[in-house]
Amino acid sequence: MKLLFSSNSRHGIASLRNWILALVLIWMAHFFVADEIDPYFFSIIMYAGINIILAVSLNVVNGFSGQFSMGHAGFMSVGGYISAFATTQLETIYPEWFAHSFLMSLFFIFILVLAGLGAGFVGILVGLPSLRLKGDYLAIVTLGFGEIIRVFILNIDTIGGARGLPNIPALSSFGLLYSWVVITIFCIWRLVNSAQGRDFLAVREDEIAAEAMGVNTTQAKVRAFVVGAFFAGVAGALFAHYLRYLNPQTFDFNRSFEIIIMVVLGGMGSLTGSVLAAVFLTAIREALRSLQELTRIDFRMIIYSLMLILLMLTRPNGLLGTRELIDFIPNGSRKKKKSLESHP
Amino acid sequence: MTTLHNETDSLEALEVKNLTIQFGGLKAVSDLNLQVSKGMIFGLIGPNGAGKTTAFNMLTGVYRPNSGKIQAFGKNLVGCRPFQITQFGVARTFQNIRLFKNLTVLGNMMIAMDHHPEQKHFWVLPSLLRTRPMVENEIQQEKNCLELLKIFKLDTRKSEIAKNLPYGDQRRLEIARAMATGAKLLLLDEPAAGMNANETKLLMHSIRLIRDEYQMTILLIEHDMKLVMGICEKIAVLDYGVKIAEGTSSEIQNNPRVIEAYLGKVPTDE
Ligand SMILES: Nc1ncnc2c1ncn2[C@@H]1O[C@H](COP(=O)(O)OP(=O)(O)O)[C@@H](O)[C@H]1O
Ligand SMILES: [Mg+2]
Repeated sequence: MKLLFSSNSRHGIASLRNWILALVLIWMAHFFVADEIDPYFFSIIMYAGINIILAVSLNVVNGFSGQFSMGHAGFMSVGGYISAFATTQLETIYPEWFAHSFLMSLFFIFILVLAGLGAGFVGILVGLPSLRLKGDYLAIVTLGFGEIIRVFILNIDTIGGARGLPNIPALSSFGLLYSWVVITIFCIWRLVNSAQGRDFLAVREDEIAAEAMGVNTTQAKVRAFVVGAFFAGVAGALFAHYLRYLNPQTFDFNRSFEIIIMVVLGGMGSLTGSVLAAVFLTAIREALRSLQELTRIDFRMIIYSLMLILLMLTRPNGLLGTRELIDFIPNGSRKKKKSLESHP
Repeated sequence: MTTLHNETDSLEALEVKNLTIQFGGLKAVSDLNLQVSKGMIFGLIGPNGAGKTTAFNMLTGVYRPNSGKIQAFGKNLVGCRPFQITQFGVARTFQNIRLFKNLTVLGNMMIAMDHHPEQKHFWVLPSLLRTRPMVENEIQQEKNCLELLKIFKLDTRKSEIAKNLPYGDQRRLEIARAMATGAKLLLLDEPAAGMNANETKLLMHSIRLIRDEYQMTILLIEHDMKLVMGICEKIAVLDYGVKIAEGTSSEIQNNPRVIEAYLGKVPTDE
């Protein structure tokens, strides 16, 4: 990634122009286009959006901070269940609220934040003990925590246990979901381009040197973990209210792997790479699904694996490495001389 | 987060008392005593494996000493984490260079300066909104970094990736980066290693310059005797973890125990 310094960029409202433009376009699409789209294709678009949020947020931990976490699905499930429990309860207690779809949408935004905060809190719980570990050990511990969260949910009957949680109100609209996609990318982009983000990079590059330069590495790692968990929680909540059914099995380690694959494929430390990879893998998974129905063989994991092997052989740093798409545009807005990491 | 340095008017930048560390059966440093006055360039020399780097590691919180006291600018350092020690005004370079390899020269500097005690801190919201004070602060910070880079003639290479720099530049960048933390005491671990005679000479000038112009205190480990004898006002010699001599360059050069330690004569005592 070429990290931008402020000296060649705007501040305040002026710097938000493109982001606001993106939101406006999304809501225009929401009101004028979304209903026309073929439902199957539409569902792929929606899952792609959820996966973008997941991949981009995991990139903060795995890519920018260099901490290999394998428990992202766990945080996703926390957010999913918190929000789904809240809305299903509300629906039984105050069914009249649900008559006002606008009121409910507003309320859902609040619940999404709550789901994120819940997941972020679990992020602290998981992060504090496990971030003393490095590399493989951390990976295994986070994998374990992800499974613990899942088994924990499996055994709580009020949220459905192994039966799952059905009849979740459909509150994830195209506009709302993609607004969160933009919000996620916006927040994380700005975060990794700030002093906080520099701490993440320092930890990734060399922990001993980072400490010697005054970086509180433990705190930086927990921060990265919490940010990642927060947005995973939001993604989980959006997922729950789109699929309208939750099952602990959905959030097993396969799910975590899928997100990791997106991050690795796109390039650890490249946000736009994560976006591309999330869209690409969501699409290919659906394409493979029809192939699987035809042949009755589960090709998905085979092709996934082959793709990863091929990629690691040809582009060991992922599609974009640590670069962003914008870096490939000649005379792009991110001038080389203003970056923290630049490339020849 | 304003300066904490001026709390005591002690003239000592660093006071080390009876510092000892043991790895298994090996006493890597034993009963080390050092006093480094403010504004001094102090040399720590000794044969390979004498325990010099280990001493630095204890001073900077990487290792915890088994016993002994360390005070820098009147503050106790034993038991503090490395990042805290840096914020107390003590920063270091590494014998085997530890730059943030994949980041640019400026990136390396910015990270260090983010933790300067006088640096303004912005929390998540100003960073997200890019408020005017936050952006102006970044611009100023970048300028300050470039000013430090200029001392080492690295300002023109600010957007180069650290690992692509020539070896000598990497060493110089490490010193600049340590200065960017706002430290007043620099611990330099073999700053001239791998440099040619000309580069070493320039480095000597730079070290003197940062002491004179930036009121730095410098404790350096070095094998290049021309450098050590040329710029160090006081020199301590370590051998097998024990300080065997201390004094000015001429005192050290004529000390029989030092000559022994370096030339490897059969030890006659202990
Ligand atoms: N972490 C460690 N564990 C065990 N032994 C160590 C460790 N660090 C240093 N030593 C030993 O301490 C001694 C001093 O090493 P060092 O301080 O690196 O010497 P130098 O004076 O060359 O910098 C050496 O014998 C080294 O092997
Ligand atoms: Mg050494």
